[in-house]
Amino acid sequence: MDQFAVHPLFGGELHWYTLTNEALWMGVAILMTFAMLVMGSRSRAIVPGRMQSVGEVVYNFVHSMVEDVAGKDGLAYFPYVMTLFMFVVFANSLSLLPMSFAPTSHFAVTGVLALLVFLSVTVIGFVKNGSKFLGLFWVASAPFALRFVLLPIELISYFVRPVSHSVRLAGNMMAGHAVIEVFAGFAAVAVISPFSVMAISAMYGLEVMVAIVQAYVFTILTCVYLKDALHPGH
Amino acid sequence: MATEAVQTAAAAAGEAHKAGMPQLDFATFPNQIFWLLVALVAIYFMLSRVALPRIGATLAERKGTITNDIAAAEELKAKAVAAEAAYKQALADARVAAGKIVAETKASIQKDLDAALAKADAAIFAKAAESEARINDIRAHAVESVTEVAKDTAKEIVAALGGKADARSVTAAINARLKG
Repeated sequence: MDQFAVHPLFGGELHWYTLTNEALWMGVAILMTFAMLVMGSRSRAIVPGRMQSVGEVVYNFVHSMVEDVAGKDGLAYFPYVMTLFMFVVFANSLSLLPMSFAPTSHFAVTGVLALLVFLSVTVIGFVKNGSKFLGLFWVASAPFALRFVLLPIELISYFVRPVSHSVRLAGNMMAGHAVIEVFAGFAAVAVISPFSVMAISAMYGLEVMVAIVQAYVFTILTCVYLKDALHPGH
Repeated sequence: MATEAVQTAAAAAGEAHKAGMPQLDFATFPNQIFWLLVALVAIYFMLSRVALPRIGATLAERKGTITNDIAAAEELKAKAVAAEAAYKQALADARVAAGKIVAETKASIQKDLDAALAKADAAIFAKAAESEARINDIRAHAVESVTEVAKDTAKEIVAALGGKADARSVTAAINARLKG
């Protein structure tokens, strides 16, 4: 499990501000986002080049996701959702490079991401709808007696959101990397090394998909929570 | 009790750090959260200030260009259709005008022809009448000459035969003979 260890890049004590391997790979994710979306869109061409096309595809992907799931008024939070998507998708994908680090396999990272979503969505819900936001927990469409039963269920499911939201992402990333590491350990044994190398290749392909799918899942859940905040009720 | 529990938890965390999951090493959390927030803020400002408005504007501009081009193409197509209709109309007008001119020309030629024919007919008629008159004249003259010649000849023959010709009876005989 050494691959998940956070350590200072230049030695010494680990303070809150120390540059670590994790900070380095977050920085690479920032640079990749910069290259794709800022440098790529620099020419503002009507007929786009390669990098501009990729940037526009990602833009349209997240933009339509926010619009379809959260509605037109959800588009006000599009930059925020796009930030989450770009960070998660690049942190996930870059972690598949050999010798790299996976920031999204850490609960500290995904937990803060999920808590940020949870808190901002709750604040948006109360600011936009006031006390009507509590209608999310008081299911008006259910029979009256049933509402008392549904209230605790709705409350629990609401407050469990940040946990499931963060553990889903970190768990997926950690599990994939750990499985590859385990197969890599078997590769040292000559008899089973061909099988091991093939298994690593297969897992790697699967992990590329998981990296992108988990970024998508994280983002679309953010949009779903945003929709609940903007349009509470069932 | 409480302090004991905290100590146990701390010991467990320390063990986790040594033995197992680095994810549960809480000593690294402040560092991780600090750099995560730095990364998120950096990406957020990069996107919201530069990248997203720029890409959005480019996409809107492209959409506008495409819409304008389609509208221009439709306008041009309508113009082409109008031009074709005008061409066809002009062609039809020209045909009608040509037909009219042909009919007019035909009518005027016919008129001229009719006039010429009438004139020619009249001339022919006049000439025929004149010729007939002359023929009648000639015929009458011929009959007269024949009568005269017959009288003279008859007198001469009678004289030659030694008779004495009575001019009046000879003439009467000849007239009777000519009538017969």
